[in-house]
Amino acid sequence: MEHDEQQPSKAVDTEYEVIEPGHSYRSVTDHISAIVLTRKTPKTWLIGFGVSFMVLSLLLMSLGGLLVKGIGLWGVNQPVGWGFDIINFVWWIGIGHAGTLISAILLLLRQDWRTSINRFAEAMTLFAVACAGIYPVFHTGRPWLAYWLFPYPNTMGTWPQVLSPLVWDVFAVSTYATVSALFWYVGMIPDLATLRDRARAKGAKIFYGMLAMGWRGSARHWARYETASLLLAGLATPLVISVHTVVSFDFAVGIIPGWHATIFPPYFVAGAIFAGFAMVLTLSIPLRVFYKLEDFITNRHLDNMAKVMLATGLIVGYGYMMETFMAWYSGNPYESFLMKNRFSGPYMWFYWALITCNVLAPQILWWRRFRRNVTMLFVVSIIVSIGMWLERFIIIPVSLHRDFLPSSWGMYWPTSWDWMTFIGTLGLFASLMFIFLRLLPMISIFEMRTIVPPAEGRSKE
Amino acid sequence: MSEPNQIDAPAEAISAPLDLEALRTRLSSAQGPQFWRSLEEIAGTPQFQAFVENEFTPGTSEWSDPVSRRRLLELLGASLGLAGLTACTRQPAEKIVPYVKAPEEFIPGKPVYYATAIPVSGYADGVLVESHMGRPTKVEGNPEHPSSLGATDVLRQAAVLGLYDPDRSQVVTREGRVSSWMSFAAAAGTLRESLLSSKGYGFRILTEAVTSPSLAAAIRNLLAELPGAKWCQFEPVSRANVTEGLRLAFGRPLQPVYKLDQAKVIVSLDADLFGADPGAVRYARDFAAMRKPEASGGMNRLYVVEPTPSITGGAADHRLALESCEVESFARALAVELGVMAGPAPEVSHPRWIKAIAADLSKHKGACVVAAGQFQVPAVHAVVHAINAGLGNAGNTATYTEPLEATASQTLPDLVEEMRTSQVSTLLMLGGNPLYQVPADLEFTEALRKVRMRIHLGAYDDETSAVCHWHINEAHGLESWGDARAYDGTVTIQQPLIAPLYGGKTALEVVAALAGRPGATAHDLVREYWQAQNKGMLTEDVWRKQLHDGFVPGSALAAQAVPLAKDWAAGLGSPAKTEGLELNFRPDANVHDGRFANNGWLQELPRPITKLTWDNAVQVSPETAAKLGIRNEDVVELRHGGRTVHGPVWIVPGQAANSITVHLGYGRWRGGRVATGAGFNANLIRTSGTPWHVTGAQLAKTGARHALACTQDHHSMEGRELVRIAGLEKYRKEPDFAQHVGHGPVKEMSLFPEFKYEGYSWGMAIDLNACTGCNACTIACQAENNIAVVGKSEVLRGRDMHWIRIDRYFEGSLDAPEIHHQPLTCMHCENAPCEVVCPVAATTHSEEGLNQMTYNRCVGTRYCANNCPYKVRRFNFFLYDDWESKSLHGLRNPDVTVRSRGVMEKCTYCVQRINAARIEAEQEDRKIRDGEVVTACQAVCPTQAIAFGDLNDPVSRVAKLKKDSRNYGLLTELNTRPRTTYLAKVRNANPELEKA
Repeated sequence: MEHDEQQPSKAVDTEYEVIEPGHSYRSVTDHISAIVLTRKTPKTWLIGFGVSFMVLSLLLMSLGGLLVKGIGLWGVNQPVGWGFDIINFVWWIGIGHAGTLISAILLLLRQDWRTSINRFAEAMTLFAVACAGIYPVFHTGRPWLAYWLFPYPNTMGTWPQVLSPLVWDVFAVSTYATVSALFWYVGMIPDLATLRDRARAKGAKIFYGMLAMGWRGSARHWARYETASLLLAGLATPLVISVHTVVSFDFAVGIIPGWHATIFPPYFVAGAIFAGFAMVLTLSIPLRVFYKLEDFITNRHLDNMAKVMLATGLIVGYGYMMETFMAWYSGNPYESFLMKNRFSGPYMWFYWALITCNVLAPQILWWRRFRRNVTMLFVVSIIVSIGMWLERFIIIPVSLHRDFLPSSWGMYWPTSWDWMTFIGTLGLFASLMFIFLRLLPMISIFEMRTIVPPAEGRSKE
Repeated sequence: MSEPNQIDAPAEAISAPLDLEALRTRLSSAQGPQFWRSLEEIAGTPQFQAFVENEFTPGTSEWSDPVSRRRLLELLGASLGLAGLTACTRQPAEKIVPYVKAPEEFIPGKPVYYATAIPVSGYADGVLVESHMGRPTKVEGNPEHPSSLGATDVLRQAAVLGLYDPDRSQVVTREGRVSSWMSFAAAAGTLRESLLSSKGYGFRILTEAVTSPSLAAAIRNLLAELPGAKWCQFEPVSRANVTEGLRLAFGRPLQPVYKLDQAKVIVSLDADLFGADPGAVRYARDFAAMRKPEASGGMNRLYVVEPTPSITGGAADHRLALESCEVESFARALAVELGVMAGPAPEVSHPRWIKAIAADLSKHKGACVVAAGQFQVPAVHAVVHAINAGLGNAGNTATYTEPLEATASQTLPDLVEEMRTSQVSTLLMLGGNPLYQVPADLEFTEALRKVRMRIHLGAYDDETSAVCHWHINEAHGLESWGDARAYDGTVTIQQPLIAPLYGGKTALEVVAALAGRPGATAHDLVREYWQAQNKGMLTEDVWRKQLHDGFVPGSALAAQAVPLAKDWAAGLGSPAKTEGLELNFRPDANVHDGRFANNGWLQELPRPITKLTWDNAVQVSPETAAKLGIRNEDVVELRHGGRTVHGPVWIVPGQAANSITVHLGYGRWRGGRVATGAGFNANLIRTSGTPWHVTGAQLAKTGARHALACTQDHHSMEGRELVRIAGLEKYRKEPDFAQHVGHGPVKEMSLFPEFKYEGYSWGMAIDLNACTGCNACTIACQAENNIAVVGKSEVLRGRDMHWIRIDRYFEGSLDAPEIHHQPLTCMHCENAPCEVVCPVAATTHSEEGLNQMTYNRCVGTRYCANNCPYKVRRFNFFLYDDWESKSLHGLRNPDVTVRSRGVMEKCTYCVQRINAARIEAEQEDRKIRDGEVVTACQAVCPTQAIAFGDLNDPVSRVAKLKKDSRNYGLLTELNTRPRTTYLAKVRNANPELEKA
């Protein structure tokens, strides 16, 4: 497709480039489409997908067991009614945040560097939301009736109870999933057309042809495309904020100490972006090595993402500080007990591990030396992912296990079924990611072409 | 179907000779593919044709005629009949007859109540049993019965589950093979012949404690016929110490009956007056009646001296943890101090207590009482009742009657000795499970092997029945006719609520079979006995009235005016010396001596103080635990007298320092699915001579661990004002002290107008000053509301289902803590945090203020439970209800939904009872009166601590209590506005002992 002749408008003026020099329009298109169309499926892909799929089977097995026997297979109990189910739900939803943030907010802010990472970040969002979506359904005692949370006309003559944050959740998450999927798909249409045009095999032609929905690259198409993606970006932007805000309401609306806090919405959104960027880093660092994409996902990208992580990490750290401060300042004995229990209760190791992972570890990102060190970044991003998981553990079971009446205090420990389900969702995520990498362009071809410096873009035509 | 003509047809066909040649030609000449079923078919014999025609029910072919009206009616009738047949899984063996005339007041769907009694260890408690269409479903106390006054204890509440227990022994067995009552009756006839000829030598009867007048008479009559036979009573939880102690004091065996409603000061020396005592329910009521801080006469004061905390100790104003062996010295020192006994006083470790208690007692002569527990040696009882006599309590607060137990002719050690020396040829065991229950030192098992004929009547196919030649399945108390005496001697005629489910027999019937009357029914035997007692004057009307009322009026044993024996103190000997650790044996609060071990409700009911379920434990004091370096759940080897047993440790605050307590009733190896394998058998180190406490026990760590399912791990209130307490002095100065704690949000702060309750507005008040933590409410609620049993592993995970739980907190030091109980129901908050978070509106507020659960609508997000600050919501993590065991279907309360998996449940304020009262009231076109709705927990409460009713009715009991100055709400600072509130606890401390 040689239709796009518009000139990239902006040269890159920073020390790092968002695309390495020496690339032309053609080389960009060749490089990215070859991963899908011409290169042989690498053995590593097969192994990776095979392993992921096996892990995914674990999920199917554990959910099957759950349906047959009941929610009691998990470690939840009285007083801890939510455990791994909601921890992992929030964790996955949080991870999903970076995708929409990169594609929508950074698009509106005209941050060109987002171009090479937005596609797979969005895919990651979708897959993370898919993983997250499993939990609200299966964590109910009667999953086959979970659809009662949707408002639909029924013979029972009842509607969902709209005061419940869980109902808000249903709307927030389903809207988020829908808009993210649309945004991702619409943004992919020009590239799908490119693949259609470049495909040799008949099956591939049909497959991408169907998906491209008749894209011809006409000026009218482009004009509509631009409008559509701007509109979707506009729609998705508030969602980035709203989804995790609503998720945080699940807790903030409750009256349990450790939940009932006004700081939760901003603190959750920052945490989600923090976790999301950590996951994008975790994925992009190995990807650019395996698929030799260092030219497109450059150190500048990693550096920028590290900065975002550092900034949101500081907000999260501020959140922890405020929780502690308010526990003291409010004079509420239950709140102050909660903090004491976090600091020195039976789950204190989780809390101090959380502080280490989420507050201490990211501090090394102040130094450019570490932001440029890919291995170090990878390690930090994994630490942050663990830290954000621990944060949800601290918020959910640790708040619930000791609330108002000491008589009903208890402990929460996950069972093997909890772990199987969690690991299974990792398998689902990885399987979907592998399929995506194999079948769809993981980097936006047409957008990458817009950032090829004009001189270079033409020189090799 | 075996209609002859149906099978005749092929038979004939086969018998006819076949022409095979013809068949071949027939086949070859046929056109197209031919399928044949048999040679006969090809042959086309007329018989075969007939067979084909008759393949279906004879007459089928006729039915192909056009349907006539008559035929249609026939068919309709037949299919109706057949539908009925197939719908029943099991046909009742009895003839069933429809009511042509319905019995009076028998309305389907409306329960009827019958008065009866349920004896435990011989002592009866008068009850009313609710029966739905002939199925007993719930036990209530009998308000007119002196031992009950409308309340019951946990064991009686759980009796219905015992009745429907699928593991009950269901059949007579002979040498392990299924036999029948008829065969036994025949064998009994033969046995009788041979016994008569041998004058009964070698024949022994072993029973539990017998207070039943008719059974005692029947056995005595049998013994009269057989002069060589002997009768032995063995009760694992016996009151022998009591009667023996009183014999020492008064010169003849007696038993005490206390009048706690006249006692201002009560001193209990290890007497578990509100727990293990046969009069516990009545005593608790009388105690609570004297414990009203607002009463002008003031509150009573209770001192408890005991080795291991009991609910009586929990209710005490002053509780002293003292080793069992020291109690005798304590009693003697007290007697010396009071001048009842000549000095010198033995040395005691708590002289301050002796002085203070003695002073208090002397101040209340005639209006105080000292009680000793059945686990204390006879000498303690003798001293205690000498004190009562000296203080002028005898005849006032302490009365004495003849012992209730019938006098047996032999003690257990004598019987076992005879068995061992092969002097016993036939042993008839009426009830009980001696193989498991008899202390190990008697070696009952070996001795039993030497008995040639062993006959056992028992409710379960248990340890004993396994080694018996004959085992007769015993009828449950709710299935049988009988009689029994309550703690004060009042006789109740037991009437059955249902015919024996498995054709069980009572002890009375077995004795009758041996007495040559195998056909006599228990009803006739009881009736005959009482007819004889009344010298033939017992008219049908009187008999019926006695059955209806649930007791025989005036049958309480007369109080005996007895002077103290002259030289009573001389016979006491000297108090035993303590050395090393002391080991106490106690009946379990729930499974008793093990007879209720197969009752899931009782197994899962948290023990009042330890909150343990499903296990017994080696209970040690914090001091001993620290000294030996043992932790909770460490398995230890407990050694005494050369015998050992292994059990997990549980550290109990308030346990006397050098004292260990183990509970009986566990370690069953053949007792049903629930009983078998739970806990350890304390009988293995128990001795028959000193059954309740021994010294010189040793503990050793084994390194193993055993998980104990405790429902409340955390003992402290963490400085939170949950149970609010004040001393009597403070209460007098500041009666509303409980309301000055914390500050809740102002009611008027809400922008929304208040909801107006036009009709009823239900509410509950619980008086913490009356609550003893006896657990009766928890199990009554379980029975009323079809609450499932979840099992030990689920309790370990914190998934117990009780709708009303009793929180127990310790306050003060580890060694001498105060113990507080607080029952928690659903608070039915006005601003219920659970309601707003339910996404499907499954939990809502009714216009009468109830917080309702709609099970059908619940999807099980558990958000409501998370958000409930009282944590009273219970979730069905699995399918907890047993839907499989058919026998349990009869148990269920038909007015309450049986919950399925995945839904939330919680206290409903017994909404089914509210609705029943509403129907009643609406029929009479009036409002529900106060006292008409009685929740299950309220009804059963021995101390009437729970009040329930309409808050809109200003004169209702609950509305009045809510205006009481002691009334306070729990966690009101959260603005939940609970409908269940509490009346603060007031402690009547003795200033002498308060001074540190």
